[in-house]
Amino acid sequence: MADTVLFEFLHTEMVAELWAHDPDPGPGGQKMSLSVLEGMGFRVGQALGERLPRETLAFREELDVLKFLCKDLWVAVFQKQMDSLRTNHQFLAFTCGLLRGALYTLGIESVVTASVAALPVCKFQVVIPKS
Amino acid sequence: MAVCIAVIAKENYPLYIRSTPTENELKFHYMVHTSLDVVDEKISAMGKALVDQRELYLGLLYPTEDYKVYLSGQGVCQGGPTVARCTLGSDNLKPFRRKRVRAHRGPSTGSPCVTSAFPNQLCRYGYVTNSKVKFVMVVDSSNTALRDNEIRSMFRKLHNSYTDVMCNPFYNPGDRIQSRAFDNMVTSMMIQVC
Repeated sequence: MADTVLFEFLHTEMVAELWAHDPDPGPGGQKMSLSVLEGMGFRVGQALGERLPRETLAFREELDVLKFLCKDLWVAVFQKQMDSLRTNHQFLAFTCGLLRGALYTLGIESVVTASVAALPVCKFQVVIPKS
Repeated sequence: MAVCIAVIAKENYPLYIRSTPTENELKFHYMVHTSLDVVDEKISAMGKALVDQRELYLGLLYPTEDYKVYLSGQGVCQGGPTVARCTLGSDNLKPFRRKRVRAHRGPSTGSPCVTSAFPNQLCRYGYVTNSKVKFVMVVDSSNTALRDNEIRSMFRKLHNSYTDVMCNPFYNPGDRIQSRAFDNMVTSMMIQVC
């Protein structure tokens, strides 16, 4: 199945396009492109959060939501390890948005950041503010 | 046959409401609004119970009732034997008490006129998705007794169509649903039993 390759190509092109449109690559401009990418990931994450848990039972607590995130969502989106990830933040923005969107549609407002200590390990940190 | 179908967002405002006899829409809006209280009660009860019953389908929300419309008109009503009393209890979960009345006609002043509009049994069913979007369906069950499975399959179709609407990139979550495919699916549910 060529699904994963298609998405990788699309993702690479999206990042390249958004990066190139920026004539002034100062810190302000970079942040705009990143937030656009993250916004796109957010919308896709919302749709995924609606579609994937369709036949599963109702989520009772946050723990259920996180379990769903780690198992079902991850397997559905990334069938294999993310070994071809670059260190630039640009390539992680979409994925952070994806996680944030899925969590939002399941009722949890959060802030997702990514950090890469050493390839191929990438850490996503999900911060849920207590309110 | 479904008489009214409503999709209600997480923040409890309607994303989509449609009912078949289009002249009494406000009445259906009220019905759906009052059903929301029952839905909320079931959701919170589900959260506290330790046992299973974590399904998305909530089942029959309200006991069936005869529903009569109470219209206060210009006062052309003969003094009849019974007068309907209408208690709109949106916060109160006791069943409404309505009495059967007949239409009156005749000269009189001041007293209201009552007509009965719906001599059928109307049942309300609820369903909640994982994203806290609620579906409420009002069904006219006088002709055929719809079984539970059929209601469940109708809700499943609704959920599938709603997911398709969500995945449409031109749809912003939180807007009213204006998709033609969704409309067609709802129309097919209202005309015939699925």
